[in-house]
Amino acid sequence: MHELSIAMSIVEMAQEEAERHGRAQVHAVHLKLGRLSGVVKEALLSSYEMACESTALEGSQLLIEEIPVEVFCPECRVARMVQSIQWFCCPECGTPTPTVLHGKELEVVALELKQ
Amino acid sequence: MSSEPRMLEVRKNVLKQNDLIARSLRDRYRQAGVLVVSLVSSPGSGKTVFLEKTLTTLRSKYRVAALVGDLATENDAARLARSRAPVKQILTGAVCHLEAAMVQTALEGWNLNELDFLFIENVGNLVCPSSYDLGEDLRFVLLSVTEGEDKPLKYPTIFNSADVAVITKLDLAAAVEFDEEAACANIQAVRPGMEVFKLSAKTGVGMPEYVQFLESRLDRSRSAATA
Repeated sequence: MHELSIAMSIVEMAQEEAERHGRAQVHAVHLKLGRLSGVVKEALLSSYEMACESTALEGSQLLIEEIPVEVFCPECRVARMVQSIQWFCCPECGTPTPTVLHGKELEVVALELKQ
Repeated sequence: MSSEPRMLEVRKNVLKQNDLIARSLRDRYRQAGVLVVSLVSSPGSGKTVFLEKTLTTLRSKYRVAALVGDLATENDAARLARSRAPVKQILTGAVCHLEAAMVQTALEGWNLNELDFLFIENVGNLVCPSSYDLGEDLRFVLLSVTEGEDKPLKYPTIFNSADVAVITKLDLAAAVEFDEEAACANIQAVRPGMEVFKLSAKTGVGMPEYVQFLESRLDRSRSAATA
């Protein structure tokens, strides 16, 4: 369970950014979360609430966009979404591929600020 | 009247701090010409015995050292010290994984130029360590025959993040009716093309192939560094 420390990093990052922009109040944090990031969405959401307690972000929302796993198929030579993270292959032609293009994201994309 | 919220674009990796430290560690490893291998697995998969045998075997020819992460107790470091290689324990307290900063701190005072191989044993955990880059050249994921063939399917993220899989405790395979073919198929499903070693650190079966692999990777990384 490392979601709490991840949540604390998110809160810290959002606070720094908000301070650099006129100490605006953070209304929401938009996060990209890849299916291969090793972070569980539900655990992160509850950890976020805890991490916000007694900080300037208390009451703010964490809005998570889950990013599916996209691989490169060497046979079709295009990016494809895998159907399951238990099976890294092209859903069209079945060729196995270890080349992950997307799905490892753990990124603060944007903040919603209120002045 | 409350104003509408405005959007501020950020685009920052949450683990940026860890990744920056990992990158500086990677540079240090490369400059020193040391091959760094991290080990991840569930608790009880035989990481420490495997590492002890690795250190003992390599020590006759190479300069080797290890860092071992655990929540508590220095038992593993004491066991590994039997190999007579330099070993340092990293106690993580409540933290369920190693982070690059912990490795950086543990390496203070160590001269990496005096090493050929450095092993980093992560905390026994198949979930949390997957997110944290330690700057290692190779990440090994260990799977013991007693854990069942479907472990890779249950923990695809960590298997996918690793470079090499090692099936351990092969001497017990018959007793637990381990299906080697199924295990290998599951590993390939979550990480196509992954190199797999099957061995028993206890009997030594499969160890020579694995040691040979480490030696060739050391040669390769050093010739790449001088090229």
